[in-house]
Amino acid sequence: MTLAIEGLCAAYGEIEVLHGISLSVEKGQLIALLGANGAGKSTAIKAIMGLVKPTAGRVLLDGRDIAGEAAHLAARAGIVLVPEGRRIFKKMTVEENLQVGGVVRSAAEVRERLADIYALFPTLGERRRQIGGTLSGGEQQMLAIGRALMSRPSFILMDEPSLGLAPLVVERVHQAIDRIRREMGIGGILVEQNVVIALGVASHAYVLMRGSVVLSGDPKTLAASPQLKEAYLGMG
Amino acid sequence: MEVFVQQLINGITLGSIYGLIAIGYTMVFGIIGMVNFAHGDVFMVSAFVALIALLILTTWLGMSSVALALLIVLVVAMVFTSLVNWVIERIAYRPLRGSFRLAPLISAIGMSIFLSNFVQVTQGPRNKPIPPLLRDVIVVMHGDYDVTVSYRQLIIWGVTAVLLAIFWYLVSKTALGRAQRACEQDQKMAALVGIDVDRTISITFVIGAALAAVAGTMYLMYYGVVSFSDGFVPGIKAFTAAVLGGIGSLPGAVIGGLLIGLIETMWSAYFSIDYKDVAAFSILAITLIFLPQGLLGRPEVEKV
Repeated sequence: MTLAIEGLCAAYGEIEVLHGISLSVEKGQLIALLGANGAGKSTAIKAIMGLVKPTAGRVLLDGRDIAGEAAHLAARAGIVLVPEGRRIFKKMTVEENLQVGGVVRSAAEVRERLADIYALFPTLGERRRQIGGTLSGGEQQMLAIGRALMSRPSFILMDEPSLGLAPLVVERVHQAIDRIRREMGIGGILVEQNVVIALGVASHAYVLMRGSVVLSGDPKTLAASPQLKEAYLGMG
Repeated sequence: MEVFVQQLINGITLGSIYGLIAIGYTMVFGIIGMVNFAHGDVFMVSAFVALIALLILTTWLGMSSVALALLIVLVVAMVFTSLVNWVIERIAYRPLRGSFRLAPLISAIGMSIFLSNFVQVTQGPRNKPIPPLLRDVIVVMHGDYDVTVSYRQLIIWGVTAVLLAIFWYLVSKTALGRAQRACEQDQKMAALVGIDVDRTISITFVIGAALAAVAGTMYLMYYGVVSFSDGFVPGIKAFTAAVLGGIGSLPGAVIGGLLIGLIETMWSAYFSIDYKDVAAFSILAITLIFLPQGLLGRPEVEKV
């Protein structure tokens, strides 16, 4: 299964922020989307999810163009988002948050999947009756990832999952991301400011600068590339 | 003492009706942040639907079992009123979503005027009576003055309790209820997990209308008459109840409803019946000044 975007353009009002970017990811593969603030990483993610309507280009899920479809259809098609800032349902319990994540699945599948998520994140199992808003930042991040996995997606998009977390917690989050890919065979797009970590888990990376892909390749080549620094420092 | 107990009984009855209507206000406010000013008129429409259904069953079809007739009337009123509110949301509120904040509010006021005028034109401006039903009472306390509970009051308590229990189960234990609460907290995120937000909002209007229809049927049975203007005052009182309980809070709506019902009946007994509406609306003003978040509305618990 392949998720690909081709020549995607998006604009906020008159201002175009994505100028025709293309990338693709296979099931079981994790790619990273890198770039400085304002490079268009989050917009690309939002366009895939249907939160931003692309002005041109296609979002292809196994060849079917899903660009511009309503946001709630993405999850049904098998693409889920772990949004920036986590956005868990703060007044619901941990378990209710996970159940909501499985809303597109049957009750039996949800029960089955809950067990999988508690195995992946034992902390969530211990805190299943706790109100989401009272969890720590790291636990909330795990809940947001667990919630996304509840629908048995083919692809998971993660927008800055390590933002605002302690280094030790960031480490655990990335271990989980790696396990999701290896054990569940889910494809992923990781948007990350932390280049070192992103290049450590991804098998391919794209670097965005001012709405265009300026560099792409495997992590080793990219890490050695002087252009990567330029993209982040906004030079060149 | 007898007067107090009797007014307590009457107040709980009236409060049950207000509470059922108040849930509709509070749910709609919770999910789309809008005060649905047409809700009182939806309640009034449901009472007319109940009236028509009851007259058809008893006068035309000659149904003799009052209990069965009431049950059918209740179901007919709930289904029909739900449909009406579903249509109202589709044509009057949904197209304005994403518009400026006051737009749906103005549309709701327009819908309120439309509904009451429509009923006035089609049903006439006079009070519409129903044949006397269930006049029996049970004396619960003897004294200078006998304290009584009527069968009608017992039915109102029973039906309200059963429906609140079903409603509570629906909201707190089912996938539909979770989707509804998810939309209340974060609509965009709810859509991202696959919830059809528009459909969930429609269901909220349908549930609110069904509960208002229960209140409408009970109101008709209790007072025996209904008129086209009966949506306004009970509607505003139920809105007061929702604000008093904490708008957005479901238990708050029920508690607020009971309190407003009790305040109104106690005021009528001990002070002046002419000023009972003044008493109820003073509560709204006092709540807004001293307790703007209401009794059960509380700031969100949040850890960053």
